Amino acid sequence: MTGSVAGAPSAAVMTTVSAVGVQRAAWLLLAFPVAGAIILLLGGKRSNSWGHLVGVAMPLASFVYGLIAFIAMLGYPASQRSRDLTLYTWIAVARFKVNIGLLLDPLSICFVLLITGVGSLIFIFAIGYMANDPERRRFFAYMNLFLAAMLLLVLSDNFLALYAGWEGVGLASYLLIGFWQYKPEAATAAKKAFIANRVGDAGLSIAIMLMFATFGTVSFTGVFGAVHGASHGIVTALGLLMLLGACGKSAQLPLQSWLLDAMEGPTPVSALIHAATMVTAGVYLIVRSNPIFNLTPDARLAVAIVGAVTLLFGAIIACAKDDIKKSLAGSTMSQIGYMFLAAGLGPAGYVFAIAQLLAHGFFKAGLFLTAGSVKHEMKDEVDMRRFGGIGAVMPLTFGAFTCAYLAIIGVPPFSAFFTKDPIIDQAFAKGGTSGALLGTAALIGAGLTTFYMTRMLLMTFTGDRRWDEGQHPHEAPPVMTWPAILLAIGALGAGAFLMLGGWLLDFLAPVTGRPPSSPGLFTPAGIGALALLVAAVILAWFMYGRREVPVTAPAGSPVTVAARKELYGNAINESLLMRPGQWLTRLSVYFDNRGVDGLVNTLAAAMGGTSGRVRRIENGFVRSYALLMFLGAALLVGALLLVRI
Amino acid sequence: MIGPGDYVALSVILFVIGGVGVLIRRNAIIIFMCVELMLNAVNLAFVSFARLHGNLDGQVIAFFVMVVAAAEVVVGLAILTSIFRSRRSASVDDANLLKY
Repeated sequence: MTGSVAGAPSAAVMTTVSAVGVQRAAWLLLAFPVAGAIILLLGGKRSNSWGHLVGVAMPLASFVYGLIAFIAMLGYPASQRSRDLTLYTWIAVARFKVNIGLLLDPLSICFVLLITGVGSLIFIFAIGYMANDPERRRFFAYMNLFLAAMLLLVLSDNFLALYAGWEGVGLASYLLIGFWQYKPEAATAAKKAFIANRVGDAGLSIAIMLMFATFGTVSFTGVFGAVHGASHGIVTALGLLMLLGACGKSAQLPLQSWLLDAMEGPTPVSALIHAATMVTAGVYLIVRSNPIFNLTPDARLAVAIVGAVTLLFGAIIACAKDDIKKSLAGSTMSQIGYMFLAAGLGPAGYVFAIAQLLAHGFFKAGLFLTAGSVKHEMKDEVDMRRFGGIGAVMPLTFGAFTCAYLAIIGVPPFSAFFTKDPIIDQAFAKGGTSGALLGTAALIGAGLTTFYMTRMLLMTFTGDRRWDEGQHPHEAPPVMTWPAILLAIGALGAGAFLMLGGWLLDFLAPVTGRPPSSPGLFTPAGIGALALLVAAVILAWFMYGRREVPVTAPAGSPVTVAARKELYGNAINESLLMRPGQWLTRLSVYFDNRGVDGLVNTLAAAMGGTSGRVRRIENGFVRSYALLMFLGAALLVGALLLVRI
Repeated sequence: MIGPGDYVALSVILFVIGGVGVLIRRNAIIIFMCVELMLNAVNLAFVSFARLHGNLDGQVIAFFVMVVAAAEVVVGLAILTSIFRSRRSASVDDANLLKY
């Protein structure tokens, strides 16, 4: 399938050509994890002893192939790096044709490498983390399914197959968040994640229907080629519907509430959801659909506002949570908010959104794996107020955490310095009131990020030991520390690797276009962010480093209380959606019982009562039957006579 | 002079006697006889009209009615006999089991 993707004036024109050579085997990327899931699910208990090895080998194999395909792609000239591989025709009805095809281009290969690379490390970590779980094989089967769905999502060359992967990710996350389904909280969290995602999925599915109704096709090339001809209203509607879908998957306001509860799942799942799969899907969707968003500043502004609000929202929650995993979850919301903000800036921000996403994949996976190690060694304790001083007994984990910490807060020259500061810059560069507001939000968010991360570091790894009795943590086994260390190294270097010299800018330019202006390294906003960083570190040290951390949480200010309750996100959902919904169902039930059923029952009772009386005529006396016949005959004769006259 | 109208009048009188008998009597045999009376009243009317119109249609039908009446009596008396055997009564009011 060949065709041209005509981007907006600022985006480069990119042609998609058929895949050749080693890239013709791109289906292997999907086949490995699918095979892993099938083998482990069908293998049953027989595969218990070796299941985890298969479960790890499959994503590793995908990663190796992804590297090969990536190297092959680097060999092509920049304008020919978008390669399409049509596997088979899925649906062919009259003019409507959907091919299952894989699109290997610079954007999708970035995701493939992130998903399989970071994913593989998380899988290796999970061998140790889940070692004592009798259901480890099933766990790896679902994880493989998760990976396969996410790869389908990012590799598909049309929106319908993307949607299939999108739903697959939702299913796999449901299975994994509720993996310990005997815990009621886990089962509830899984349902919550699924339902919140369904709301977003509805948006994306309507967007796809709208595409089909408007353009008659759902392929990327077809839609992006025709989108210029569509009316402004349709393009904006498409953008907003996709934003709704992206909000669901990426846990952005107003569909954010599932992400914190999703911490009920095993920690490797949290790492996978937050770093490599799932929450990145929304960012992918928006960046992939950049030809649509380029045409609609309104939808772009909505994306940026959602991102800016969520990045503050998540950061505030992260500052107040004592549960280390929930604090990290708030951090993820916040970081994804940065990506949305960047994507909402249009061509000026797409590439920075992806840079932030890739760097985030490393440091967030590293943070989750180290937090998971701590949780593992502390007998599933997650309350940071009962940690303290763990750095001394788990030095490797502490080191890895510190590296990821330096990366996420943006200390130069580590990751976020290269990926987050440009987002703040570009937000200010947008100009106008909206630019100033978005930039300020991003700047404050950077300060908050430093604060909550420093708080987490101080409360967990330094200070007095506030452990419960019977805690004897020691360093996690190598199978758990090494993935974290590798991720920490990646976290330190990813930003510089991607952004120094503009490598990622050049690499992604054929897909996302080139930012009109590229900020330098030490801009006023960047220096402001650094000043805030120092201030936040000092503040956090005064609050949690110098002072003793109380084991029971103090009452705290109203803001703290609100943040602990996730800024009333659940309360709002419950009072605005759940309770009216319950009332509606009760009303429906009442109407059904009294109204509909009442009518039917009354009718039936009336019929029954009448016939009960009428049947008394059948009294068994022949004489009365004869009389009735006689009367009937007389009536008949009378009627005939009447008619004749 | 006796005309066709007189025959029809007799037929009506016989029919009414039979009908009233069916309605008011309880002895099954009497009811049977009354039914026969009604059938024969009808036969008389058929024959009278046949004579009046000068064709044989009514007479033919009268023969059919006789045949049917004979068959009906056979079946009816058989039922009656079996009811009498089981209930020691020929009253139709005693055979009232088939009801609501």
